[in-house]
Amino acid sequence: MKTAVIVFPGSNCDRDMAVALRDVTGQAPAMVWHRDTALPEGVDLIAVPGGFSYGDYLRSGAMAARSPIMRAVVEAAGRGAAVLGVCNGFQILTEAGLLPGALMRNAGLTFVCRDVTLKVENNQTAFTHRYDNGEQIRVPVAHHDGNYFADDETLARLEGEGRIAFRYAENVNGSRHDIAGIVNDGGNVLGMMPHPERLIEAPQGGTDGRRMFEGLLAAVN
Amino acid sequence: MKARVTITLKPGVLDPQGKAIEHALGSLGFDGVDAARVGKIVELDLADGTSDDDIDAMCRRLLANTVIENYRIERL
Repeated sequence: MKTAVIVFPGSNCDRDMAVALRDVTGQAPAMVWHRDTALPEGVDLIAVPGGFSYGDYLRSGAMAARSPIMRAVVEAAGRGAAVLGVCNGFQILTEAGLLPGALMRNAGLTFVCRDVTLKVENNQTAFTHRYDNGEQIRVPVAHHDGNYFADDETLARLEGEGRIAFRYAENVNGSRHDIAGIVNDGGNVLGMMPHPERLIEAPQGGTDGRRMFEGLLAAVN
Repeated sequence: MKARVTITLKPGVLDPQGKAIEHALGSLGFDGVDAARVGKIVELDLADGTSDDDIDAMCRRLLANTVIENYRIERL
């Protein structure tokens, strides 16, 4: 599986993501700078990592979503490449229009940095098929703007189409419908606030994140 | 020419910063503050002849996230 990690000024989870991808796929990802205009030929999975791209200027993810490489990411997503946005990556994917809704300031106003319990809501996606439906997993979150908002109509569509991949078992940020992660209508783009790339090896405190990457590897091969 | 864009959260979108300000004003003894909403202002220096449509497009494509925000344009 060929993978790429997009790097913006202010990304800070790009190397964690790269290590996770290298460990699981056996191949180092291409690190693609935000000013690049093209992705490596034949890339199967594009990861948009966490961090504070452009210092969260204007809105979290707003500037990154308009950077040159994101045009190529939107095109690749349209061709069916898998796109995984984690934390700031989720914010960027919503700002780029690849996923509906927006991530707002946490309802409690505080930066939330802790492990949270997630419930797997839909295991029929390339990202989640190694989990059981309803399974609970522990994954860390670290964000200030993770409060998922979408209007009632959009939420009804997401619920009806099974596009909520993960829900918080305990709502830590005010997200509507306890949403922690959603997929696009094609099922090939996933955005989530928690960090699966931080749970790849047992010394990290668990391996619940590893199955997402293993599942993607299996889905592509 | 200059334009000022005022960006505000849509009615009904929870504004936790506004809520905190409302409570802080109350704790300072200012009674009767029913609500506070936080927005932002972007002032633009523009080439002469920039059309209203151009400024509107700037708002829709970058300055405001219309999922959660409204915007208002004033020419100065």
